[in-house]
Amino acid sequence: MSAAAALLPSSALHQDWRKVFRWGLICGGSLIALCLVGMPVELDRREIVERYLSLGYVSVLLVPICAGWVAATQIVLEGFESRKQGLYDLVTGLLVGVLGGGGLSLLMVALDSWNLRDPLVNWSPKLLRFLTYENGMGFGAGAWIITCGVLGLAGASLHVVPRVVRRVVAIVLMGLLALSVLESAVSDLSEGFRLEWLADLIYAKKGGLTLTSALVVGIVMAVVAALTDGRVKAVTNRYREMEGMERQKASIVLFAVVAVLCIVLPIFLGKIMNELLANVGIFLLLALGLNIVVGLAGLLDLGYVAFFAVGGYTTAVLTSPNSPWFAPELHFGVSLIFVVIFAAIVGLIIGAPVIRMRGDYLAIVTLGFGEIIRLLFMSDWLGPYFGGAQGITNVPGVDLGFATVKGTDPRSVFYLVLFFCVIAIYVSWRLQASRLGRAWMAIREDEQVAEAMGINTVSAKLMAFVVGAVLAAFSGAVLAAKVGSIFPTSFMILVSIIILVVVIVGGMGNIAGVLVGSVVLIGVLGGPKQPGLLQEFQNFKLLIYGILLVFMMLKRPEGLVPSARRSRELHQDEFLQDAWLKGDKLGIDDDEIETGHVEEESR
Amino acid sequence: MRLLEIKDLQITFGGLDALSGLNFHIDKGEIVSVIGPNGAGKTTFFNAISGLVTPTDGDMFFEGESIVGLDPSTVTSLGIARTFQNVRLFPNMTILENVMVAQHCRTRQLLYGALFQTRAFKQEEREIRERAEEILGFFGHRLVGYRMDQPAFALSYANRRRLEIARAMATQPQLLLLDEPVAGMNPIETAELTALIGRLRSEWGFTIVMIEHDMKVVKDVSDRVVVLDHGVPIAQGSYDEVSNNPDVVEAYLGRPVEAR
Repeated sequence: MSAAAALLPSSALHQDWRKVFRWGLICGGSLIALCLVGMPVELDRREIVERYLSLGYVSVLLVPICAGWVAATQIVLEGFESRKQGLYDLVTGLLVGVLGGGGLSLLMVALDSWNLRDPLVNWSPKLLRFLTYENGMGFGAGAWIITCGVLGLAGASLHVVPRVVRRVVAIVLMGLLALSVLESAVSDLSEGFRLEWLADLIYAKKGGLTLTSALVVGIVMAVVAALTDGRVKAVTNRYREMEGMERQKASIVLFAVVAVLCIVLPIFLGKIMNELLANVGIFLLLALGLNIVVGLAGLLDLGYVAFFAVGGYTTAVLTSPNSPWFAPELHFGVSLIFVVIFAAIVGLIIGAPVIRMRGDYLAIVTLGFGEIIRLLFMSDWLGPYFGGAQGITNVPGVDLGFATVKGTDPRSVFYLVLFFCVIAIYVSWRLQASRLGRAWMAIREDEQVAEAMGINTVSAKLMAFVVGAVLAAFSGAVLAAKVGSIFPTSFMILVSIIILVVVIVGGMGNIAGVLVGSVVLIGVLGGPKQPGLLQEFQNFKLLIYGILLVFMMLKRPEGLVPSARRSRELHQDEFLQDAWLKGDKLGIDDDEIETGHVEEESR
Repeated sequence: MRLLEIKDLQITFGGLDALSGLNFHIDKGEIVSVIGPNGAGKTTFFNAISGLVTPTDGDMFFEGESIVGLDPSTVTSLGIARTFQNVRLFPNMTILENVMVAQHCRTRQLLYGALFQTRAFKQEEREIRERAEEILGFFGHRLVGYRMDQPAFALSYANRRRLEIARAMATQPQLLLLDEPVAGMNPIETAELTALIGRLRSEWGFTIVMIEHDMKVVKDVSDRVVVLDHGVPIAQGSYDEVSNNPDVVEAYLGRPVEAR
């Protein structure tokens, strides 16, 4: 202690111990949880930098960095001017990391002494071997405490260094990680552009970056990051501050770029990536439909998968020659008409009884209906008509005359689903700014008042249900044509929940938000059954979904790309403050100010 | 001509008679105030007319048709609009949208028009917007201009009350029910709104029933005053008649000591 005191100025040791212990415990706790979930051991097989670093170790090492950074950034006492960044913060990070490493050492001791394999599946000698690096307990414990401490220090130093450095380091680290993790996607892409040699150069044969390529790519990224510093932000800020016509123009350009990308990119992509895009499209279509129901009309529908199932089964029955009871073998296009009709009918049937309920009650009842539909399709009673658990197989692809859309050609499926997504986007866009869209908004705000203002809430809500149902049914129809068969297990309750998470994380009530949400969640993490870009994380997908949802609810409840309305709603105070700072009196009249009328809270 | 006629209206919540034996009528073009101490049943009376509460017994006729048991939205589309005692706007919709959405029952376009942008749809949207701007313009500079595109929660208290009246006007009613329109306003705003209520009749032709505690406003604008106490009407007539009625004085102030 005296040696440390001699080396360091006293201010560095004058720590906020509560904060240090708190983040130390969080760091240690998440490290232990991560190990017991089995992530490091399972991901150990996947190389990031060949022979030097595996994804398993990365998943562990990231924790102290993050904890150190967050702990250093946190200001516990609010209302005071924050202390200058400095040595003090570095020590905080170091201590947090050391505490985290201590947690891991405790885990090692526990792993060595007891066998708790029964409740904890991943409590294994394998985990101990992973942690000790096969060099004995003492070495393991020491190494982890030192490593975690150093990494905590590194995390904290990210807070201390200037912004540019922070940005460069973050981009290089994240970029290298992404490049390595997304290896299959990148090789697929480079194949499409005839750049195989580039992929071969970057990646080692057994997977993972080679050390030299990691260094070269890292340096390139650092240079690019340093050069573009501040420019990206300037562009987005300029876009945000645009108004009226100018904004509209910029939006149209942005939209055109996305549209061209959507049409051109799949031509260069390989099978895996196109498959991925097709899955994203199917879920995007579902999410767009749910966005109308939840985001616009405010009806929390947890049984949305029911309409997905109706669309899938209608298509399968009407087009497949293997349909067990009635097989007219219609063309996909013709069957679409019936899909719309049946989806609307089921929307009305499910909607009519639940429409009088509000909020939580609506959610619970629709949750029930979602399961009921699946169980009906699976039941012995309807088995003779819909094939029960065996489902309906041999659903033909979509014959377009010049081409056939089927699952073996994911590119065509993507174009088909893109067509439906465009319809869905158009429908949401037009309805939002119509009489019906305004009625939905009013119902979302205050149902009783909406009714007193002459809005027939029952019919308006039913309309939302039906529009949502039809869009979901389209998605189901595409799924049937893509997979070539339909089983009840494709319509688990999980689908409803994942779509809802997509809508919430993306940005409820905003089309661009839903788009980003489905690309990020379904594309990167993967759907309920469909793999995403991060195939390695397949087994931990739901865990990541959960963590992401909790994090978003705490830090950014309006979603990644929020609608202006919703972010205003969730940040009313800030909106008023901003307007006030801009010199807008916000409806307080001059005479009211003279007579001392003070702004009151609405609720 | 009787616009609204109410016969023996009774509303019971459990064992509580919120209203009992209420007879009420209002002619076209009248302004009638309903007054009474707290808990007298004034707001319940409004809720009954606008369909938010179903009467236990009695009849209500609007232009000769019974409106008992109708949905609130149907009642509004027949031509009865209301405001709320504790201002209930759609706080996250803009001011313009608040007024536009209230024209729902006077407009027709549904899915087809919106999806295919038919001429009828565009025409209707334009009319809705123009009408909303016209109504907002009635309140002077307060609700127009840049404020039209601001969310309703950003308004000051007095402007929220004004917007609520504007929203009720947008449903194109014949009968306007105003629940304490000047509650919480300062004397200047109160005077201004009193004048406005008079103009609502003279310029827009609304028949108005108003609940109000501010006796100066009641005196200035109403043709007739109805006094409720414990759900029973205890007096009716002009302001002067009612204010000198011993039952009314008793309901508000209690009985003089020597009379006991």
